[in-house]
Amino acid sequence: MNLIACPHCDLLQVIPALPPRGKARCPRCGKVVAVSKPDSLNRTLALTVAAGIAYIVANIWPLMGLSAAGRTSTTTIIGGAHMMWAQGEKITALLVGFCVVLAPAVQIGFMLALLLATRRSPAPSWAGELLRWFKFHQPWAMVEVMMLGVLVSLVKIADLATVIPGVGMFSLGALIFLFAAITAAFDPEKVWERVGWANGEEPREAGG
Amino acid sequence: MKPGLTAAEAGLISCEACGLLVRPAHADEPGYCPRCDAELEFRRHNSVQRTWALIIAAAVCYLPANILPIMISNQLGRVEEDTIISGVILLYNTGSAVLAGIVLIASVVIPLAKLIALSYLLITVQRGSVRKNRDRAKLYRLVEIVGRWSMLDVFVATFIVALIQLQPLMAIMPGMGVMFFGAVVVLTMLAAESFDPRLIWDSSKGRWDDDE
Repeated sequence: MNLIACPHCDLLQVIPALPPRGKARCPRCGKVVAVSKPDSLNRTLALTVAAGIAYIVANIWPLMGLSAAGRTSTTTIIGGAHMMWAQGEKITALLVGFCVVLAPAVQIGFMLALLLATRRSPAPSWAGELLRWFKFHQPWAMVEVMMLGVLVSLVKIADLATVIPGVGMFSLGALIFLFAAITAAFDPEKVWERVGWANGEEPREAGG
Repeated sequence: MKPGLTAAEAGLISCEACGLLVRPAHADEPGYCPRCDAELEFRRHNSVQRTWALIIAAAVCYLPANILPIMISNQLGRVEEDTIISGVILLYNTGSAVLAGIVLIASVVIPLAKLIALSYLLITVQRGSVRKNRDRAKLYRLVEIVGRWSMLDVFVATFIVALIQLQPLMAIMPGMGVMFFGAVVVLTMLAAESFDPRLIWDSSKGRWDDDE
């Protein structure tokens, strides 16, 4: 019997057996309390490897460039944060650098380490430690928000100069898709089922 | 009125990090989760005070964020300052009504709505309200999801500044407004995270919604 308390309203409830891709909502407050995700860990691993590649490409190649009056300039993702720093807005530069460069990288790195560690059974307890951090870290990786920001700035600049989207832009698009797919495929419950307990007990046997 | 029991009423704690239901040895000092080693708490510590503090700090930053320029453009010696609102108007006038709408919602409406929504949640929690619990829970989930999109204007400013560096023809510098605006977004996100949604339901004990 899978007894839990709703994380948003604390109501005790039993999670019923769910069909593949089925969802369970808390009957009182409506929060989604469980989602059945078939083959979660393998799929997430494949998507994470792809996201790692897309991340590297998106960060190395220029995001976009422009030409005006015979002059051209290009920028990368990190170049945006760097220019903010150079112009004296250091706090903003750090914030941007954290949200669009560091946080997504940490996200991918944590996920890879976590998934590779959970291939062993029982998984080492540091995998649980990583997952804990991952959860609090997640809202701060803002790749999709940045993409919208890039599009808006393109439209604003289009009046002043000719804008050329770069390779980085397309891999950024792929990265957004992959991050969304990772969120949809990843079921933390599957990791917790395999992780060795912090107090040294063996993980409970769990079906599926 | 339907029956129901919360974990706290049953003397149980649901670990915030891993969701394991734990029966702590001592209610006063619940200790740590046996599975993931996170600190166990019946409710987030000082949730109401912390959230208020962050909301007030965000509200203080909201004013300079909207008044100070976020971008300063220099076109052959002609200097122009752009605030968030003037940026939206410019975008609207140059023909992108849809994008202007998106920026307006992300940078002006959402931060303000978040401040109001969180204040409303805190006040109702402090008054021990048992009404409209389900709607308040929904409101909280909405605040949690949309908050990060306010960062939009910070990124817009960043990439415009990064690209438009065609000295001496034209250059765009960031203004102080960006920093305050970023502070508003970060502080409201932290405020949403420090609010404990279970407080909405605590005055209702195990009862359900709107049971008049």
